[in-house]
Amino acid sequence: MTPRAVKEPRGGAAPRPEPGPPRPYQFPRFERRTLGNGMQLAVAPVHKLPLVTAIAVVDAGATHDAPGREGTASLVAALLGEGTATMDGDTLTLELERLGASLVTGGDWDTTNAGITVTRERLEPALRLLAEAVMAPSFPAREIERLREERLAEILQLRTEPRGLANEMATRFAYAPDARYSRPLGGTRESVRALGARDIGELYAARYRPAATTLVLAGDIAVGDATELADRIFGDWSGAPPTNGAGVPDTPNSMPRAVHLVAKPDAPQSELRILHPGIPRVHADYFHVVVMNAVLGGLFSSRINLNLRERNAYTYGARSEFDWRRGAGPFVVSTAVASDVTAAAAREALREIDRIRREPIDDDELSLATNYLAGVFPIRYETTAAIASALANLVIYGLDDDYFDAYRDGIRAVTAEDVLAAAQRHLHPERLRTVVVGDPATTRSSLEALDAGEVRVYDAEGRPIER
Amino acid sequence: MQFSPMRVPIETFRLDNGLFVTLSEDHTAPLVAVNLWYHVGSANEREGRTGFAHLFEHMLFQGSANVGTNEHFETIQRAGGTLNGSTWLERTNYFETVPSNHLEEVLWLEADRMGWLLPGMTQQKLDLQRDVVKNERRWSVDNQPYGTWWERLPELCYPRSHPFHHSLIGSMEDLSAASLDDVATFFRTYYTPDNAVLTIAGDFEPKAARAAVERLFGRIPRGPGRPSLPDMSLSSTFGGRQRRLVEDDVALARIFLAFRSPVFGSEEYYAASICAAILGMRRGSRLYRTLVRERQVAQDVGAYTFDLAKGADILVCDATARPGKPVELLEEHLEREIDQLVDRGVTDEEVERARALLETDFVNAMQSAGERADQLSRFATYFGEPRLLNEQVDRYRAVTAAAVGDFARERLIEENRATLVYVPRAEAAGELAEEGMEALA
Repeated sequence: MTPRAVKEPRGGAAPRPEPGPPRPYQFPRFERRTLGNGMQLAVAPVHKLPLVTAIAVVDAGATHDAPGREGTASLVAALLGEGTATMDGDTLTLELERLGASLVTGGDWDTTNAGITVTRERLEPALRLLAEAVMAPSFPAREIERLREERLAEILQLRTEPRGLANEMATRFAYAPDARYSRPLGGTRESVRALGARDIGELYAARYRPAATTLVLAGDIAVGDATELADRIFGDWSGAPPTNGAGVPDTPNSMPRAVHLVAKPDAPQSELRILHPGIPRVHADYFHVVVMNAVLGGLFSSRINLNLRERNAYTYGARSEFDWRRGAGPFVVSTAVASDVTAAAAREALREIDRIRREPIDDDELSLATNYLAGVFPIRYETTAAIASALANLVIYGLDDDYFDAYRDGIRAVTAEDVLAAAQRHLHPERLRTVVVGDPATTRSSLEALDAGEVRVYDAEGRPIER
Repeated sequence: MQFSPMRVPIETFRLDNGLFVTLSEDHTAPLVAVNLWYHVGSANEREGRTGFAHLFEHMLFQGSANVGTNEHFETIQRAGGTLNGSTWLERTNYFETVPSNHLEEVLWLEADRMGWLLPGMTQQKLDLQRDVVKNERRWSVDNQPYGTWWERLPELCYPRSHPFHHSLIGSMEDLSAASLDDVATFFRTYYTPDNAVLTIAGDFEPKAARAAVERLFGRIPRGPGRPSLPDMSLSSTFGGRQRRLVEDDVALARIFLAFRSPVFGSEEYYAASICAAILGMRRGSRLYRTLVRERQVAQDVGAYTFDLAKGADILVCDATARPGKPVELLEEHLEREIDQLVDRGVTDEEVERARALLETDFVNAMQSAGERADQLSRFATYFGEPRLLNEQVDRYRAVTAAAVGDFARERLIEENRATLVYVPRAEAAGELAEEGMEALA
């Protein structure tokens, strides 16, 4: 805490209380097991409410998509609940929902997670259905076709949805055209159109193996019971470990620095992204970078938000983040600003990036960031779903089992010098691309004066528009 | 320690100045949630000041007599806590979750802005937040596909004179007109201890918490009494079809189909809520199974209630058309599903599915101290009785298929339907339809 001068409160308010000593907190204990078939198990008993979250983490993410077939892993994930060896998708859905559980599947960059949250007494039948979805999907042709069409419709909708469009255009310009990260997680129109049952079947057969799968259980269950249950339900799943791996997904784009303006004529606001490839999740500077970003743009009270929102009222909110992946995911500043201040807002964000690289942050900023990150930790893990996701992250990134116990000390050990060094090492002004989805008539000339590279204009499909 | 999800521990008391306080202990983690509901929302706005309740919520983070600009946010974040506020038609809430040793400091911050806000207000702060809110409007309404549905649907479903008719986020014009005088009047009228409820949930010692609340809030004077709202009661149906067509910058058509519905917390509300879940909650719902999975005329569907506690609520179904499917076709299928529900009712299995999902969601939500506090504040604000939270599961369990059928026959009928339809702008419609057909090929 910063010492505060004791002063008489105004207006008859009571004196400001000082906080007492913090009470101890420990991240839930968990244990790991390996089943006979090679499948991993991680169990965190948390007996607060009669609830359990189960997540199957399969090492089959978008980085495993074959070139030209981007979107396969996402589609496989979506299809897991759409039919199995013994029941169609509708039946599986109804069986689960009658137990009060919904299967949530999501294909991410590195893995696919399939999970449920269910009351304790319904866990076993629900887990059996989850297991069937993961171990024995049937990929019916009709459902492949339907979900493929739904993905194509989403792509169509993106043209009129400026936030999603800005995110997709941003990564397209940050990474090399053939790098997986330059293309949307769910694939492009071309790649999704090319997808068929064979791609689905091949990815599933190659990656969905017991040795590439971890079952995470968090909630009202003991380790022994969980192990016995997992063995009973998943024990017969067989298959050798996968032999193929992911390609290199994060090659940066080598084209010269530029401002990419995606035209949305008459837009009342500009969606603004400023980005370059960041660093992989597993990195010696991780804690330094997390604290640095909290000062720069990770919190409401961060520099970028206070500048763009609370000083200039350019926006409802502005933030920066490192998108953590196994590869180097993007570092990106995101905001939506009134059209007439688009270039001014970009200039302020770029200034903040320059400033945090130039001079050390002050003690107040450092303590705000570290106290926040260390203090908020227990609040992040109030639910079984949050605890299960945390364990899933240990698995995905191969972090040490004591990672969560050491987290708060790791954050508190970061110094102002560490933050400066991290900013200088991992923020690269000369590589930053500026991407705007907005109205060229009101933004173009001021963006040209920004000195952040040549302004190039595109339509909502990303096709260049001539001057 | 294990406590039953159906029995959240509850203790209540009221200060002399009228502040109603709920305490709910749980020592499973060293954190505590503080949650304040002020019984004021956009429904209380006067003519020409739409959006003011929400703009005012922003001003509450701009400092008070003993708290500097943005100091509230900074203090909570420095403590390792999370916080926010939100504005709704009937209430405005402010909430923090912090490590439990910071409880008294949070209460002090909340007391300072409840008791001594006005010394912290300046014209410059108001002008700045007005621009921030205008950007929030652009972000959430004007520059989002279908973004105006938030204001167009209540406009269609409530008569012009009704407090739920007008826009919650407000018009640019009305936001421009808001003055410091408005801030002072609104504060003195509505931000008073007798028009607020305070809930503390999580790791705290009840005696010490009560003493702190009395010390920090007890010195704030009672308000002059809240002006009453006009009569908000409405007949049980619209009394005829309402329909509006909107051309917007969207790629796919979307239909919102709304029904006037029983108010939150009433006996019939629980049947309405189960009915909405049967219609549109998750992939086992009727609309998903028929419109999305089987006939493939919709890209996505949903159904939900607004949970309004005064006058009349609305139950809303929405559906987005698949590319190449005419909106008329989607509308026909949607209405047919509703007609069938009215004609034939629902099955016990459907009620069971809906109830099971709602129960899991409820227990899931109760894990979080912030969520418990918010729900306790809700029942305290609307009904003066936070203990109603512990009855919710039983209220849902009491709903039968027959009760849902009765609800449908009374409320889902032709003369109680309001339809808001978004279609792609005429100039783009042809091109997008072609694209859609191509995507289907």
